Amino acid sequence: MSAPVAVAERRPRRELWRRLCARRSTRAALLTLGLIVLAAVLVPWLSPYDYSSPSWTHIFTAPTWAGGQVFGTDALGRDLLVRVMWGCRISLLVGLVASVVSVVIGVLWGATAGYLGGRTDALLMRSVDVLYSVPFIPLVIVLNVLFGRHLVLVFIGIGAVSWLDIARIVRGQTLAICSREYVDAARALGVRTPAMICRHVVPNIMGIVIVYATLTVPAVILFEALLSFLGLGVQAPLASLGSLVADGASEMQSNPYLLIIPSILLALIVLCLNHLGDALRDALDPHEP
Amino acid sequence: MSPEPRHQALLSVRGLGVFRPGPGGEVAALRDIDLDLQPQECLGIVGESGCGKTQLLHALMGLQSGNVRLAGSVRFRGEELLGASAQRLALVRGRRLALVFQDALSALNPYLRIATQMTEGARAQLGLSRRAAWQRAATLLESLQIDAPARRLRQYPHELSGGMRQRVLIAMALMCEPDVLLLDEPTTALDVTVQAQVLAVLRELRARSGVAMIFVTHDLGVLAAIADRVAVMYAGRIVEQAAAAHLYATPRHPYTAGLLHSMPRLDTPLDTRLSTIPGQPPRSGATSTGCAFAPRCPLAHERCTQLPVLRCADNQFPANGTVACHYDGPAQGLREIWP
Amino acid sequence: MARFLLRRLLSALPTLLVIATLAFALLHLTPGGPFDSDRTLVAQIQRAIEARYHLDEPVWRQYLRYLNDLAHGDLGPSFTYRDTSVNQIIAQGLPIDLAIGGCAIGFALLVGGAIGLGAASRPGSLRDRLPMTLAMIGISVPSFVIAPLLILIFAMRLHWLPSGDWVGGSWRHLLLPSLALALPYTAFIARIVRASALDVMGNAHIRTARAKGLGDTAVLLRHALRPTLMPLVSYLGPALASVLTGSIVIEQVFGLPGVGRFFIGGALNRDYTLVMGLTLLYGALIIVGNFVVDLCYAWLDPRVRLNR
Repeated sequence: MSAPVAVAERRPRRELWRRLCARRSTRAALLTLGLIVLAAVLVPWLSPYDYSSPSWTHIFTAPTWAGGQVFGTDALGRDLLVRVMWGCRISLLVGLVASVVSVVIGVLWGATAGYLGGRTDALLMRSVDVLYSVPFIPLVIVLNVLFGRHLVLVFIGIGAVSWLDIARIVRGQTLAICSREYVDAARALGVRTPAMICRHVVPNIMGIVIVYATLTVPAVILFEALLSFLGLGVQAPLASLGSLVADGASEMQSNPYLLIIPSILLALIVLCLNHLGDALRDALDPHEP
Repeated sequence: MSPEPRHQALLSVRGLGVFRPGPGGEVAALRDIDLDLQPQECLGIVGESGCGKTQLLHALMGLQSGNVRLAGSVRFRGEELLGASAQRLALVRGRRLALVFQDALSALNPYLRIATQMTEGARAQLGLSRRAAWQRAATLLESLQIDAPARRLRQYPHELSGGMRQRVLIAMALMCEPDVLLLDEPTTALDVTVQAQVLAVLRELRARSGVAMIFVTHDLGVLAAIADRVAVMYAGRIVEQAAAAHLYATPRHPYTAGLLHSMPRLDTPLDTRLSTIPGQPPRSGATSTGCAFAPRCPLAHERCTQLPVLRCADNQFPANGTVACHYDGPAQGLREIWP
Repeated sequence: MARFLLRRLLSALPTLLVIATLAFALLHLTPGGPFDSDRTLVAQIQRAIEARYHLDEPVWRQYLRYLNDLAHGDLGPSFTYRDTSVNQIIAQGLPIDLAIGGCAIGFALLVGGAIGLGAASRPGSLRDRLPMTLAMIGISVPSFVIAPLLILIFAMRLHWLPSGDWVGGSWRHLLLPSLALALPYTAFIARIVRASALDVMGNAHIRTARAKGLGDTAVLLRHALRPTLMPLVSYLGPALASVLTGSIVIEQVFGLPGVGRFFIGGALNRDYTLVMGLTLLYGALIIVGNFVVDLCYAWLDPRVRLNR
């Protein structure tokens, strides 16, 4: 019963990695994600085509091996492969940056509330409750319209709204940890608050924060794609997966590949990340063998 | 190998094994269990936590979880229960064999009133009307010294105290007037005073209705108050079985002797420390070919790498019980092996 | 009970006030106004229009005026849809959203619940792994990807169902939008129900029920169903909210005249009152959703008491 925990405590990182990679589907997800990241970095750099210049002689070329345009071209004759890979870059970047923003806000907010308790806690968490009732997708839409379509704004907007869950979870965890006896014992020995947070609270909430951060990335990617789909995300001619899906949807009657290819890539990225989040949660859960 | 029952036992277990899948193949939680329960008898089963006591009770009722494999035979009045159909088992459960669970809070459904939970079994099994079942539940609660039973029946589990919940579980098991009552550590979670109350209630119940019992606990002291016969379990096996008085007076297995020795007694001087059995019981799933207790046993010997079989403890008086130990010296010698 | 209702109602008011203030501040503190882009307007006419909508007053007076109207249930006139009040737009569009959202949630609950229970009844088998793999894909494909694909398959290729050209009250027009909206939630609910059912079936009180000699059906219906539903109930609150906002996209794709389309249009045209009115509507619906969830909790679980 206690053996796996003991091993996990001895070499936490390697043990976690071993448990994570134990399942074939997880390895496949890691590999797929790695390939997509690699392609997103390399393809636009190596390809002779770029994402913005129209080519009037190559409008609506179906996917072909000739000329390396394996994904075909769009209504302006632009190479879909390069555009999709740019879309992946944007999606992954937004996902990463916005998740970091939300994790930082969420952890600070939740840990402060949980550790200090009392009135501060009530105030901080009450505000989270209120913010839960704010319709955020509409609000971000409004924000985007008002401030023009800066990518930075999309980052901040999304990051600032997706921290609520993390704040709640971190507070709960912090409360649970602070009620343990070893924290009382450390306090009785005169350990100061900052040391306390660094040594006892943060290491104990890292696991759950990592899991939620992993699950925030796909949620954020979908959110950005939604905004871009509505025409509120990235500016043309730059493309994100959401705007590519929207473009494809308007041409799907005659050229369905324009819809299907970006849809598949978007779904694939989100799928891999969701699966990794699940696998991480399972690997961190001591109940599972 | 196993002694044939002298007369028709109420419940007869032969070679029962419980195997669950582990990382490196099947792991035996229980092995080669032989037990007989006579009508009106109270059999105590004692052992450290993790030795398979709860698994044994669940296996008797066919309540093991889905991935577990059972072997051997469990007969109730001669009828085989192991591998019986779900319909057949449903008829036995509650009505012939009833189980009182260990953790009363989690064993009760938090979403349903006490009345619903107590009466549903009797209504399904005996076809009692709602009113009749309710009446029986109230009577039972009253006989277990719960005040205002009508009010308790309308309450939810979280509104009762721990002792009351345990008694509700006992009453629930008695709803269909079972022939055998299986009790899984019914007093462990309770305060000492409530513990004594529950034991008194159970004794009174035996005297009144003559229900047979299997009483599982880790506390030999509790068993002394109620059991006719005691089986000692260690690492999934029965290591000694004898009439209660006999077992307490002359233990035949070093482990039993150790358990008895570590019990606080009124006649030991107050300044002596309570003794313990050094070492840890083997983790479940650990496989050893010899005696599982050998690593902790002061009498361990080369022969202990062979698995000791259950044999008559005293060849002159076979009825005095059985023991699984290679040591065959005088029983008095076991008194002195523990410091 | 009455006290609980009153308390919840009172605690909803500050939340709505926060939403209104937030939206108001965002709209009014950013440069530009609703009538700036109409360059054809003569300055005098523009001033007249602004005076008519009280846009010439100081911001704090506009704010107080808005709150006053709000307290009387009046969300004000729309700037872009002349001679139409925001209340009228909501009255027109909301039924469509509610129909699609209701169908989607209903579908997701029934189908997702059934799939989840089926998977949990044989964990590890094909009946478990195949639907759960599909569900994993399902939560990864957003409805704005599913919607065009559904149109492509069922409307353009198979010609079974219409894709746009909204006709009021036609169920055939509601089918594809509801389905597109429902699929991700169906997948999510299937996953939640499966995990919860597996968790509950391992509970001690299920074993107690079996020890009483109850049949499998009785154990499932009487002892396992209710605790299985609890996590689903707490998921439904946020789900109701995101169904509403999700319908914004669905309306866009299928060309349905729900409030979501007005919202996007209003936001693009800086229609202050329309955007604020609809934001408040969304907020109110989220609050109502959470409230219903709390009521369900109390109704399902005797340990939850409402009068705290």
